[in-house]
Amino acid sequence: MALTTNGRPMTLTEPVGSTTRRHQDLAALPIRPRPSLKRWISYVLAAYVGLIALEMLFFNQNWQWDVVGSYLFSQIVISGLLNTIQLTVLTTVFGLIIGGVIAWCRLSNLAVLRTFSLLYIWVMRAMPPLVMLLLIYFVGALVPNFSIGIPFGPSFLDIPANQVISQFSAAVIGLSIYLGAYSAEIFRGGVQSLTAGQAEACKALGLSPTKAYVKVLGPQVVRNITPAMANEVITIFKNTSLVSVIGYTELLTTVQNVYAVSFETIPLLTVAVIWYLVLTSLAMVGQSLLERHFGKGFNRRKGSVPRSTQVEGSEGPVAPNPLTDVLAAKDEK
Amino acid sequence: MTTTAQTTQSIRPILELVDVTKKYGDFCALDRVNFTAAPGSVTCIVGPSGSGKSTMLRTMNMLETIDGGAIYFHGEMIGHTVHGQHRYPVSDATARKQRLNFGMVFQNFNLFPNYTALENVTLAPISVRGKSKPEALAAGEELLGKVGLAEKKNNYPSELSGGQQQRVAIARALAMEPEILLFDEPTSALDPELVGEVLSVMQRLARTGRTMVIVTHEMGFAQDVADEVIFMDAGRIIEQGPPRELFQNPKTDRAKKFFASVAREQAEEHSHA
Ligand SMILES: Nc1ncnc2c1ncn2[C@@H]1O[C@H](COP(=O)(O)OP(=O)(O)OP(=O)(O)O)[C@@H](O)[C@H]1O
Ligand SMILES: [Mg+2]
Repeated sequence: MALTTNGRPMTLTEPVGSTTRRHQDLAALPIRPRPSLKRWISYVLAAYVGLIALEMLFFNQNWQWDVVGSYLFSQIVISGLLNTIQLTVLTTVFGLIIGGVIAWCRLSNLAVLRTFSLLYIWVMRAMPPLVMLLLIYFVGALVPNFSIGIPFGPSFLDIPANQVISQFSAAVIGLSIYLGAYSAEIFRGGVQSLTAGQAEACKALGLSPTKAYVKVLGPQVVRNITPAMANEVITIFKNTSLVSVIGYTELLTTVQNVYAVSFETIPLLTVAVIWYLVLTSLAMVGQSLLERHFGKGFNRRKGSVPRSTQVEGSEGPVAPNPLTDVLAAKDEK
Repeated sequence: MTTTAQTTQSIRPILELVDVTKKYGDFCALDRVNFTAAPGSVTCIVGPSGSGKSTMLRTMNMLETIDGGAIYFHGEMIGHTVHGQHRYPVSDATARKQRLNFGMVFQNFNLFPNYTALENVTLAPISVRGKSKPEALAAGEELLGKVGLAEKKNNYPSELSGGQQQRVAIARALAMEPEILLFDEPTSALDPELVGEVLSVMQRLARTGRTMVIVTHEMGFAQDVADEVIFMDAGRIIEQGPPRELFQNPKTDRAKKFFASVAREQAEEHSHA
């Protein structure tokens, strides 16, 4: 049966004349967005800028796209690229582990751990990454042997610094401890963004702190920190170009070495930029996958539920306010 | 009503607070609070804002530490262990175990936003109680059915109304099969028209003989389900007794004033509705 908007059966007292039919026909017309001058102007501007970019990129002989093409997949560039990727992956893994540990120390209730993490973050933030890389690479000049033992006393194990520190390990260590300091603060921010209620609900349900973090709090932290962390990781991946100062040949150093001989500066820098774009795209795809996975439940309501279905009047919940009557009766006395 | 005041004397209390004191700096949030709950009894805690109702409730399952007094569960001290002439707080692991005897329902629900309704209910049974997944899922679905949300099991909290979220929270607390259920103003974050659905679930629970302690402003509800009502002010229990007695003949001026003002408020609400 047809119902009116307020749920009563439609009474057929109104004439279903031609006016009603016309109204229905008009109501069936599809809805389009309003034509807008602003939109057309924006299209024209975009086309104009696009053409300029096209001209600059493809009709300017100085780019030397043929040279770019010949180097893009050349063995030397690819090996530099692989070094960059390797360095980025290792640095990210170690850096995030260090960051997690430092953040955990920073939030600890042991004063010693808190102080240690604060000192770490303070020093590492103060240090330009370039200086850090140089210091670690030349650490042998400062500490000839890494030894485990009693300070000022005997040592049990001695390893010469030169054996541990190579260009590669110095690069990984330097960038990791740098990323560690920055990511620690991001982790801490993520943890502090949790509402106290979430941790309390975990406690009330008897979850151990570890389980609470793995199951409930951690995923929420990851969701909160993904954009900031993606920034850090992408920054680190570009900062790998700094390791050229200690002679490690990653992507940028490789192309620099090539154009130092061939003088094809612009095409080779273009090759590097293209690869950086590719890697950044990958990182951003990863970021959006992470955000989608950990954002579940946080997206806005999928389809709003009609309010009327949510009220359960049928239960006959509570007698309406006996207290008022009780107290009213008392007042009369 | 399940239990009356007379039977409380003969049955060993399930929960007992003795001279419980809680301080925030110099401020005394709880001042020598004494309270016993018989198994299966329903206690409502009422009182003005800031009187220490939440604090009292939260000391029971050790979400707040206490500065004096003791809490006994089935006659055993919880939260502290006695060593000679001193007491020490129990280890975190022990506190966790003791806390499992209590289920808690919060004013703001505190559902886990990254899990569906059913996952919220089954998470702790699986990872704390070590239940198998199918077993927990079956129990969880049954509980969601009991609170009237069987068809919402795959919705995330953000897709549920406040009343529905709170009912999921009740199911989540029940899933751990606690002996005592604690409610902290479970309906005061809800729109008036959603209060009823939550109260009716709680009313049904009360009838099944569960021990419940409820902080509430719903006097009508308290009158219906409570065996005992506690009136608090400034960190103290001022009066306590069966709801009818307490509501009809408050002995202290403080309680008289409070009940009168609540009655006025609720009368206003009704005249608006
Ligand atoms: N962390 C804290 N630090 C200092 N004072 C606190 C803290 N938590 C609570 N208090 C104080 O303790 C007193 C009791 O608080 P409590 O939350 O138990 O009140 P309540 O009776 O639940 O009030 P309401 O009805 O508003 O929820 C209040 O005066 C409050 O200001
Ligand atoms: Mg409160």
